[in-house]
Amino acid sequence: MKAIALKIPFRPIVLGLVVLFFSGILLERAQAGGGYYYPPVADPVVREECGGCHLAFPASMLPKRSWTRMMGDLKNHFGDDASLDAATTERIARYLDANAADSGGQRYGGKLIRGVSLEKAPLRITELPKWVREHREITSAEWKAKEVGSKANCVACHTDAERGYYDE
Amino acid sequence: MKTKTTTTLLLATLFLPLSSFATPRDDLLEQYATAAKSASPAFSGFSAARGEKLHVTKFAGGKADTPACTSCHADSPRSAGRTPAGKSIEAVAVSVTPTRYTDPAKVEKWFKRNCNDVLGRECTPLEKGDWLSFVISQ
Repeated sequence: MKAIALKIPFRPIVLGLVVLFFSGILLERAQAGGGYYYPPVADPVVREECGGCHLAFPASMLPKRSWTRMMGDLKNHFGDDASLDAATTERIARYLDANAADSGGQRYGGKLIRGVSLEKAPLRITELPKWVREHREITSAEWKAKEVGSKANCVACHTDAERGYYDE
Repeated sequence: MKTKTTTTLLLATLFLPLSSFATPRDDLLEQYATAAKSASPAFSGFSAARGEKLHVTKFAGGKADTPACTSCHADSPRSAGRTPAGKSIEAVAVSVTPTRYTDPAKVEKWFKRNCNDVLGRECTPLEKGDWLSFVISQ
């Protein structure tokens, strides 16, 4: 009997593998919500009080030491007097501390505060090295656009920011 | 029959607060009126027109970037405003945002902050009552 020469179709297999590889990368990104997910504030009091003037920024965007510093001086909150009664202040401080970027389990928060010296307690999310790097392509004209107006106005570009997604 | 009576009674109780008791807004106005009267015996009620004037006037005593209420709240009381940080503010007019001014503590909190920002001082009970009458009328 004549041996059957096994003809392996290399080309389609390699092509198939390449396609699979890239789909895998895409899928992983899609599962990660396009890249950046910071759980929105879950506590209704925190949401109400911190979301009065600006988006209630996710606790995982700053380390504990930053939140402690901020909650200790609400009277001078970026030029505004945002002081609250003691009980409310305490409740917000506790929530922020428990959910801060360095509280553990904060995938993107942990990355966001990389490069921040442990001796420093930055108050502005927009001054974190990682934040600056991620936004380096935004021109000053774009920042000044009427719909944007402020770097604190995440939703102007990240339309899903209220739900925690900060994609491009 | 008994069930029906009970249901009717229950329903009646539900609507009772709407009809016979003062709303939180009325309570607030009454508080401000009492305080305004004790500040000036000549006080003879609030005026929505004065409230409107307060709302649109530009003051010099507060922060440079917020000279008037309308700096953040829109020019029209029936339009949504925007904070310097870009957050949308629901229209101040009660006809547009009926849930407004129903929590006295919240009203006081924002009067305190906003009057300080715009006027550089707290608002008087007369100003608060006038302004509240204005937005209720809108």
